[in-house]
This record gives sequence, structure tokens and C-alpha cells, in this order.
Amino acid sequence: MSALVELSNLLVYRGERPALELDRLEIQRGEVLAVVGPNGAGKTSLLLTLARLLEPQRGRILFKGQAADALPATAYRRRLALVMQEPLLFDRTIFENVAIGLRFRGVPKGEIQRLVPRWLENTGVLHLADRHAGEISGGEAQRVSLARALVLEPELLLLDEPFAALDPPTRETILQDLASLLGETAITTVFTTHDLREAEQLSDRLAVIIGGRLRQAGTADEVFASPADDEVARFLNHRVARSA
Amino acid sequence: MTFNAEVFQITVLSLQISALATGLSLLIGLPLGTLLALGRIRGRAFLLSLVNTGMGLPPVVVGLFVAMTLWRSGPLGDLRLIYTPAAIVIAQVIISFPIVTGLTAAALQSLDPRMRLQLYGLGASRLQMVWALWKEVRLPLLAALMAGFGSVISEVGASMMVGGNIRYQTRVLTTAIVLETSKGRFETALALGILLLVITFAVNWIFTSIQQRSARR
Repeated sequence: MSALVELSNLLVYRGERPALELDRLEIQRGEVLAVVGPNGAGKTSLLLTLARLLEPQRGRILFKGQAADALPATAYRRRLALVMQEPLLFDRTIFENVAIGLRFRGVPKGEIQRLVPRWLENTGVLHLADRHAGEISGGEAQRVSLARALVLEPELLLLDEPFAALDPPTRETILQDLASLLGETAITTVFTTHDLREAEQLSDRLAVIIGGRLRQAGTADEVFASPADDEVARFLNHRVARSA
Repeated sequence: MTFNAEVFQITVLSLQISALATGLSLLIGLPLGTLLALGRIRGRAFLLSLVNTGMGLPPVVVGLFVAMTLWRSGPLGDLRLIYTPAAIVIAQVIISFPIVTGLTAAALQSLDPRMRLQLYGLGASRLQMVWALWKEVRLPLLAALMAGFGSVISEVGASMMVGGNIRYQTRVLTTAIVLETSKGRFETALALGILLLVITFAVNWIFTSIQQRSARR
């Protein structure tokens, strides 16, 4: 496995304060990396930086060995897709919501007609294709937002706490469906969560971020077996106790 | 004056002037409102306050400034635009573009700010992002269009001052109503007033139908 993305010596500010400081993090091709940490730890900042929606003050991002900022931002972003915590669907039909990224890329109509139903079906919302975004439930909306990202067949999929706003039963079924879709497609994925069970279930590796710093990265077994420091241990114990 | 060719000419001229002024206001107000809402600009609150003040500009004050500017001895006097339909269009644009700008900015600022990030995160270019956000706020944007048109089709002070109410040249429905009233011909004035209302209603009805159709979608 080789690295799709390499981050090094990264410093990212949000407003007046540093939100993220990373010495080194590699995201391997085809892996699902869960970025875990408490609220305000810098998880979302990491995703936004990966999407070049936040410009780092310092450091380097290599995408397939090339500097990410060597490409214009739009061209770079078209290699990835972002799903946010809220589905943020647009005021149009579900079909059009899922087609929007393809339209941005100038994909021909025939191809859109072929791809959109396929991904609506894969995510279990094909029957909603003609419905308006305002007419569907929160769980359905999050499935649509996953379809909207997956239809782009991105090289890197970024998911920002995609299940946080869902009720537990809905979360469970979407989680299972997403796990199998990611398994089938082998899309390199980075997703943030503060739910360790969710992280374990979906990911190949965990990256623990606390206070804007990467404290530990490794498989779930490694991280749980030997936390890097007391703070990581406290975070893991606290979360495990909460989800138990 | 009777309902004859002259009334028809006045009506057509009123619609042409106000439609052109509204169109130009959109061309200025839509990008400017978007910049004020989405751009990284210093003094946003101050600039928005200016625009919001502009939304309530008294047409006679606009008429005064435009007249002074276009007057033969004024800075743009050489253009010889005073007492022409073009002068009325200029004054009406100044009246309506702050309305379109202010309502556009307010509509875009009412959106979830994360929507921009989401659009970029799906690969939108800057223009595609703006276009998608305009589609999101198409109902308030149509309202801005109607408010802009309403402000100019109904104003009289600026049209009178910079147009001069010249028969067959710059006489529009509102200035004709003032003239007929000043002559005591209330019936004609009333008929023109009703005509103005009907036209304004018809235009708004068309835009409202479009607005409500997209609201149902």
C-alpha cells in the first residue's frame, strides 16, 4: 500500500488561533482512515484542509506525490468529494442533487442518466429520485448526500461526522451500507467521528487528534492496546464508557 | 388626452424605460449584492448600510443629482442626455439597483454558510458555486426583481426632473398623471392611474407565477 496523501509539518489557523498542527500523517491508497477526537479537536479542520477549503499557514500536502497546491483549487477538488455532517441538500430534486457534481465536471447527459440512478440505488434511495429535497427524512437526506459524493467516484472521499445528526437505528443501517460500499469500491476515505464504535466498524486505521495535534495513528487494536499518552487513554476510556 | 395612439406610446415608453432600468439594475445589483454577501471584504457592514440606505433613496433627490450631472453646464453635460429617455433610465437605475443589491445580499446571507463549502467540496468552480447559490435563493431574487421594477415603474419625481415630461419624447405614465391632475383633468388622470396599476399588476403576476411555480418544485 502506498500513500495517496502525505501531510507534513502542517499548521492551520482558524481565525486567530491554531486549529491543527500535524507533524506527519499519511493516508494510504484504498484505506478508510477514521479521524477521532473530542469536539473542537481539529478533525473538521483536517478535512477542510485536505479539501483545500482551509489554506495552511505552513506545511505541505502531497497528493499522489505531487504538491496539492500545484493544481488550481478547483481541479484539485475535483479529485475528491466531501460529505458534511448536515446533508445540505440543494433546493431541487434528489436526482438533480446527486447529478450536481457531475454537472460541475461537465459530464455528458447520457453518462449522468446512467450514473445517478446507479448510485441512488447503491445507497438505497432510488425510489426518491423525483422527490424534492425538502420532502425526505434526515436519514434519507444523508443517504442522498453520500450518493452525491460517491457518484463522482472520487480518488479521496472526505466524510465529516456523517452520522452524527442521525438517530441510532438509522445511523446503524447507513453505517452498514456505507461499510459495504466502501469495501466494494475501495475508495480512499477519511472520515471524522467522535464515536469510537463507528470508527472501529468502518475504518482500517484510526488517527487520534486532541487539541489540534495528532497524538496517535494505527489500527484500532494498536491504539486501544497501547494508547500513546494519558490524554489519548482518557479519551478512549471516556468514549468507550459512553458508548457501552 | 384620450385613449389613443398617444396613450399607447406613453405606455410603451414607460415599460421600455422601466424594463431597461430594471435589467441594468439586475446587471449591477446581482453581482454587487453577491460580492457584498460572499466576498472577503473589509467594511462589509458599512457598505451594506450604504446599500440599505440607498434602498430608500427619495426619487426627487436622485432626480436632483442626475439633473445636476447631466445639465448642460454639468460634468456630463456634453453628452446631451438631459430631458431624454436615457436620462430617466439613468435615474431609475440609481433608484433601483440598491434595492436589487440589498435584497440579493440579504438572500445570500440567509443561506447556511456551509453550503458554499459543500459546493466547493463537490467540485464547483467559483462561478458554478455562485450560480448554484443564486438558484438556491431564486425566490427572494425574483422578489428583488419585482421590488426593483416596482420602484421605477411607479416613481415620478426623478422622471419629471431629468425627463422633463416632454410630449412624445419623455412623457411616461406617472408624469402624464401628474400633468393631467395639474390641469384638473381627473378622469384622464384616474384612467392613466388605473392603466399603470394594471400594467404593474400584470408584470408582477408574471413574475409571481414563475416564483410560485419554482416554490412548488
